[in-house]
Amino acid sequence: MDLIADMIIVLLVTVGIIFTIVTVIGILRLPDVYTRAHAASKSATLGVMSLLLGIFLHFWWNEGHFSVALLLGIVFLFITSPIGGHLMTRAAYMSGVEPTDLTVGDDLKDAVIEQRIESEKNTPDDK
Amino acid sequence: MNVFYSVCLVLVILSMLGLLYRVWKGPSVPDRLVALDAIGVMLISAIALLSILFDTPFFIDAILLIAIMSFIGTVSFSKFIERGEIIERGPNS
Repeated sequence: MDLIADMIIVLLVTVGIIFTIVTVIGILRLPDVYTRAHAASKSATLGVMSLLLGIFLHFWWNEGHFSVALLLGIVFLFITSPIGGHLMTRAAYMSGVEPTDLTVGDDLKDAVIEQRIESEKNTPDDK
Repeated sequence: MNVFYSVCLVLVILSMLGLLYRVWKGPSVPDRLVALDAIGVMLISAIALLSILFDTPFFIDAILLIAIMSFIGTVSFSKFIERGEIIERGPNS
């Protein structure tokens, strides 16, 4: 029973480390901010969640310590990491970082221009 | 088992060094922000591995704290980059 528990923990930690290394390769080699944020938010979240799950099982099965804070940390990371990635990409777009030449379509550009025209139309003149 | 966790910790620290290269080099400010956010996530992994290596569950509480602070830092930095101010005021205030 102890051997099976150790095998599961080692498997989860190894998956976490592999996804961490994939994150670093993606951030170092992808061409622009948007693809890098994609690599950072998805792959890093999966990696750290798998690793924390392995460590939670280690403390539960081997030490007999059921850590609620660790579970709460996993849930918190799962909720906030996509929000952070989206906010960073949006800030990059609004501050005018150009996407790479390989980008096929840019639908947000039309929407931003439309909204800018609309807000100028609604602004009172006596300001 | 300790050798395995030590190797994992070394790999995580090497990954953080690779991300530091992106922070140093990054062509734009959002590049550096993305790399800093990923460094925060990897700091969580490093502390979790350290708590196994030192054989104590007391480091676990720091994980939640670092996750919350890293998220607040990311949100405030992106608001600052996007608009030039962190707390926006409405037209009536």
